[in-house]
Amino acid sequence: MAKKVVIDPITRIEGHFSIEIEVENGKVKDAKARGDMFRGWEIILQERDPQDAITVTQRICGVCPVGHAMASAKTLDAAFKVNPPDNGRIVRNLMAAGNLLHSHILHFYNLVALDFVDITAILDYKGNDATMINIREWVKKEVASGRNTAAAPFLPRYKGDYIKDKELNLTAISHYVKAFEMARTAQEMVAIWGGKMPHVTGIVPGGVAENVTAEKVASYLYRLRKIKEFIDTCYIPDVLAVAKAYPQWFKIGAGHKNLLAYGIFELNNEGTETYHIPGAFINGKLQELDQKKIKEDVFYAKYSSPSNLHPYDGETTPDVKKKDAYTWVKAARYDGNAMEVGPLARMAITHLSGKRPEVSKLVKSVLSSLNADESILFSVLGRHACRALELKIIAEETEKWLLQTNPDKPVNNPYEVPKESEGYGLTEAQRGALGHWIKVKNHKIERYQCVVPSTWNCGPADEKGVKGVIEQALIGTPIADTENPIEAVRVVRSFDPCLACAIHVIEPETNEIKKFKVF
Amino acid sequence: MDFCRRDFLKVVGGAGAAILSSSFLSKVAHAVESQGKNIPVIWIQGQNDAGCSESILNTFSPTVVDVVTDIISLRFHQTVMASQGHQCIQVLKDALKSDEKFILVVEGAVPTKDDGLYCTIGEDENGNPITMLKWLKDLSAKAMYVVALGTCATWGGIPAAEPNPTGAKPVSEVIGTEKLINLPGCPARPHHLVGTIAHLKLFGMPTLDSKRRPMMFFSRLIHDNCEMRPFFERGDFAKSFGEKKCMYLLGCKGPITYNDCPNYQWNTGVNWPIRGGSPCVGCASESFVGSKGNAMYARLPEAKVPGIPGLKVKADKFGVVVGAATIGGIIAHGVGRIIASNKKKEKATEKEAK
Repeated sequence: MAKKVVIDPITRIEGHFSIEIEVENGKVKDAKARGDMFRGWEIILQERDPQDAITVTQRICGVCPVGHAMASAKTLDAAFKVNPPDNGRIVRNLMAAGNLLHSHILHFYNLVALDFVDITAILDYKGNDATMINIREWVKKEVASGRNTAAAPFLPRYKGDYIKDKELNLTAISHYVKAFEMARTAQEMVAIWGGKMPHVTGIVPGGVAENVTAEKVASYLYRLRKIKEFIDTCYIPDVLAVAKAYPQWFKIGAGHKNLLAYGIFELNNEGTETYHIPGAFINGKLQELDQKKIKEDVFYAKYSSPSNLHPYDGETTPDVKKKDAYTWVKAARYDGNAMEVGPLARMAITHLSGKRPEVSKLVKSVLSSLNADESILFSVLGRHACRALELKIIAEETEKWLLQTNPDKPVNNPYEVPKESEGYGLTEAQRGALGHWIKVKNHKIERYQCVVPSTWNCGPADEKGVKGVIEQALIGTPIADTENPIEAVRVVRSFDPCLACAIHVIEPETNEIKKFKVF
Repeated sequence: MDFCRRDFLKVVGGAGAAILSSSFLSKVAHAVESQGKNIPVIWIQGQNDAGCSESILNTFSPTVVDVVTDIISLRFHQTVMASQGHQCIQVLKDALKSDEKFILVVEGAVPTKDDGLYCTIGEDENGNPITMLKWLKDLSAKAMYVVALGTCATWGGIPAAEPNPTGAKPVSEVIGTEKLINLPGCPARPHHLVGTIAHLKLFGMPTLDSKRRPMMFFSRLIHDNCEMRPFFERGDFAKSFGEKKCMYLLGCKGPITYNDCPNYQWNTGVNWPIRGGSPCVGCASESFVGSKGNAMYARLPEAKVPGIPGLKVKADKFGVVVGAATIGGIIAHGVGRIIASNKKKEKATEKEAK
């Protein structure tokens, strides 16, 4: 007899998300992923100045604002028929890299680590580090208080198979603390060019606003190097240490094994060549990306509008009480397939494309140290490993890009807002493939549409019963104790879900605006 | 290890200390510090993007670890807490039953249409979702103070921007203003929250303006202290992004936005929007995004500025520019000025803010 288990809310992710799983014979038999919050971004953008899209769409997500700023700026570049100059293109890449560094480090240490690391190990700390002593004394005092929330927000927690190795726990705790500093430093790297972070003001149509100076280059460079050292001496060793302690997690959470990536880090000003390679990996084969193959199904999503439409023709009418619907996230499909997006997709597709030898070399060297082949990447640990390896590669490339900037050259090209136009921009947020589309009429936004990473990863089943990506990854996951389903949340967190991104669209019930989704 | 007054002065630095008039000291008796413990904080999120949480994590001195171990007791925060599901919902239920005092921090706007079903957190005993709207009402009734963190919680922000599809409201319109402190900004700034909590802990409620914003952070317009102000005075304006002059003509919202960006800059002081060559978008202002007629890069209407042929103005009178007909929703704080001039005479009208 299957037992229904609801985890609502799932914490340590961005946004409002919950899951409902059926557990039978100690394994997840069925799963539903539920997005629990809804705002309405594109409708708010309509009839506004197109230039505002960069400011407004960033606020879809405070974790990956640069991703939305980039997608939006590329969309406006296309609609305004302007390309950034070299400096503008490179500085945008520098901001995207900074946001990637921030997000991946924060994700692994400050969101995921508490599923593996035993915080109470701090009580055994015998060293001299003042911060660690401070935490030890605080935990001691808190635990003595006897409150249910003693040592909150680190306790209470699920009972589970946390790391037993004392030294590994203590190392991880000290790196948890250090990660806040690294994340803050990465935010500074973005703000050097973007003015502030979260939510930059410095990305504009046709380039960026901030000029290149040697002072800024140096200020960025030495922050980057500090974080590179952290990646090499903490992040990658810690991910590998967790992998060693939990080898079974290379076999859990595989999912559909279909991957989608749009490419990111422009290498030319037209944006036709990117460092990460775009593509679709389906049934074991890598295909060229064709955006026309995307459709959105709303069978189990809280919308009364027709299902399985190409987004260009899509309609979205909310229905808060739709029967059998369980989420605000639509089911995005590529050629009928549910596709995983994110660092695993980016690294695997870039590796398989054969166009970036250094990526292939790094992936292969790690796999060989684990005596494994590429198939293990489709797993909870595989996703964490790809995230860490991606950060190492991109940090190294970023240093090269930084030194290609030129203080004597412009950072943006002039543009005019056309009376009528359209365009789209494809890029990658930290969590995966991100696209924006615009139609301009009478110098205003006629329609604006975003299809974001967590729509792909966090969506529901479709009409044919094909499960969403996280749902499929949950199926088969062993659950030792249904009162403490820590295994399920480990699977969910490996995707780094971002629900504010996934659910951003709404149409008014008056349905005044139809066919407003563009693709 | 307990947070003390000396630490507080470190937290808020010179700017904060200058605001601490003797009237605050009389409130010390009510300060939570007398209880000698970390002040409990429950932090709930509505229609938000976690940007305020991300921003607060950038706190530099004190660090995040200092805040969590020495200043507050962070009982509930979905983005960082270890517990989840029923276990973390129990924390909220316990708080409703307990007599323990806490500060409620609210991040994001509150959807009210369709009984608030556009944002839910956890389930009740019957498996029905509990709305953020209900949590806010129930928890605020028990809270000692409520902090509306960020522009969405303070003004409604983008979720409440025209046409406000989900009936999104600011915290003030749901629970009233009695215990409320507004900390607008998109995102809110680390020292605003840490400084406010420190003030509550040591001295009780800080001095607030008519919009419930602490005066220590929101008493000045960006324009008042802007490093590009001399260019404004000379009528020397930037024509494109990246030109380091006054960006009034590029739509800068500094003249209508109360915040301390020019004093503190952003992200440990590496930059701030105007220094970075882009106009202030007014992310802490009540009109941010707002009505469809607003535009980030459109010059504020009705203002007559130096150096523009045919127009004159006394720059020192340039305070707040309000063109209600053109940009409905831009509401000046406190006493604003509308500069209405023509070629022959110049007239400044004082207008009470809405």
